[in-house]
Amino acid sequence: MQLNPYIPITMKLVKNLVETEDKLINTFTLEFLNKQDEENFKYMPGQFAELSAYGHGEAPFGIATSPTEPGILKFSVAKVGCVSNALHLMEEGTMVGVRGPMGNYYPLEKFKGKNVVIIGGGFAFTTLRSLAKYMLDDKHRGDYGDITVIYGARNPGLLLYKEELAEWENNPNINLITTIDRPAEGWTKHVGFIPSITEQIAPSSVDTYAVVCGPPAMIKFTLPVLEKLNFTPESIYTSLEMRMKCGLGICGRCNIGTEYVCKDGPVFSMAQLKELPNEY
Amino acid sequence: MKISKEKFGQAFDALVAEYQIIAPVSDANGIAFKGVKSFSEVKQDYLNSKLPPKAFFFPQHEKLMSYKKEGKDVTVKSELKVDNTVLFGIRPCDAKGMQLLDMVFKNDQYTDPYYFERRDKSVIIGVACNKIAPTCFCSSFGLSPAGSEGSDIFLIDLGDSYDVEVITEKGKAVAARFEELSELSADEQALVDKIKDAETSSKVDVSTTTSKLDKMFNNPYWDTLQEKCIGCNVCSFSCPTCHCFDISEEVRKNEGTRVRTWDACMAPLFTLHGSGHNPRDNKKARWRQRMMHKFNYFVHNNGSMSCVGCGRCIKGCPVNMDIRQVIDGANKAELVVE
Repeated sequence: MQLNPYIPITMKLVKNLVETEDKLINTFTLEFLNKQDEENFKYMPGQFAELSAYGHGEAPFGIATSPTEPGILKFSVAKVGCVSNALHLMEEGTMVGVRGPMGNYYPLEKFKGKNVVIIGGGFAFTTLRSLAKYMLDDKHRGDYGDITVIYGARNPGLLLYKEELAEWENNPNINLITTIDRPAEGWTKHVGFIPSITEQIAPSSVDTYAVVCGPPAMIKFTLPVLEKLNFTPESIYTSLEMRMKCGLGICGRCNIGTEYVCKDGPVFSMAQLKELPNEY
Repeated sequence: MKISKEKFGQAFDALVAEYQIIAPVSDANGIAFKGVKSFSEVKQDYLNSKLPPKAFFFPQHEKLMSYKKEGKDVTVKSELKVDNTVLFGIRPCDAKGMQLLDMVFKNDQYTDPYYFERRDKSVIIGVACNKIAPTCFCSSFGLSPAGSEGSDIFLIDLGDSYDVEVITEKGKAVAARFEELSELSADEQALVDKIKDAETSSKVDVSTTTSKLDKMFNNPYWDTLQEKCIGCNVCSFSCPTCHCFDISEEVRKNEGTRVRTWDACMAPLFTLHGSGHNPRDNKKARWRQRMMHKFNYFVHNNGSMSCVGCGRCIKGCPVNMDIRQVIDGANKAELVVE
């Protein structure tokens, strides 16, 4: 982190890829302009950054790349507001501002020697992709037990990172389950909502951590399934979203109880969330 | 020790060469802290300013950086030029308020360079309150109208002279210019003791408030207490410890500035997500947040309440919400099973 945490570094948008069929989610690949910037940007899966579209503003997005992928950062962003819209329309080669990395990360130290079940829905898959990619890296794979990924979207066209998912299908180091909400032509994998698919797959909770990210309705119905499978609140992690500005725990916007989601989160265990007001 | 106002005025005027001096003056809106060039401009008989002096460290509108776009390229510039500053006539509640803001602008991970550049380059000359307003309630928080906490130099107005207490090293550098200091007479000492012993007549018992609020997040107390609030935010903007801000961009053609401006947790858009979801989408939730933050969350995080009893929110409220009553109501509220 540089001396003045409000000043972004400049990075180059090298790829602006339409990620989903509905064209509402793009993946931006940003390139570091120099080694020093990259050196200073040491991050872990689960952290986020504030992206500046100059002329429009700044907004926080989870980092979709893993630190094992040098030279670049990727963000998959839904087009919902002023900044995300400006980013979607941005020409490749344009310079953007990046502040970060910010926030805490998935507790990879705790995960060591354990199995990890990653459950994601919709476009909340970004930092989960970072997490899976990190654990799958040759240097790290040996540190973890079985890695299971249950990932769903409304239809096949809305799944993120389709090429990578195809690779993972054939990778013996990871057990990938993909599902869509309703049957679709050409789709041969699971059909059904995440909670019921999770119940079907029934991952063992023995020596296992679960990481769950997705729309509120998905999380609400997945948690009871995990409980039934004997996952404890201490062994389930999620990542919160809140409106943010400074990202430094000062501007007050993302405050929930005693916590600031930007600096104390965004990753929380269900046990931690039980202690906080339900205000997210 | 005391210094005559004549000698103090001379030292004050001499400081102008090296410091920007901010002091209370009388203007169209009442009392305001503004830049002055001479002690003769300073209003000496005043209760307190309408707006707290926090704006000199945390301006209502402040440039964080500027940028220029050329084609696909961008150049980013940030400069922060801060003059050495003396803030004169700061009341004890506001001096304490700045100490509380220090805890916000520096946390376990980050230090806000804009705030602390100004803070580090400023000297606070506090002046005790000889008169106390009916809305003052600083004594509720273990503070007092003559408390020197947060001041670098602390003065008590004795009419023709000031009782002087030099508190910090920064204060010493300024006090070195004070000439012809002398001992207080017995009568003056008696007056100093009287002012130091004074308490605000209005007080609210906060001894159990934090622990009570621990158990009150879902209490029906919040349902009705805020009904008359019109959400104007005057309470936040006039509060010496409120610190929430927005960051936005001011753009003209290919150039722009990133600015931060005061914001408030009482504003409906404060927590609105891009998706349209809003975790605090009603006044009840926002009032609860304001009270919880000041009297519970802040205490758990920083060991102190985030209120100094200055009474500005009470004076300024257009619908007569009174934070003392809100605290009192919480103290007395019946607990329900959460």
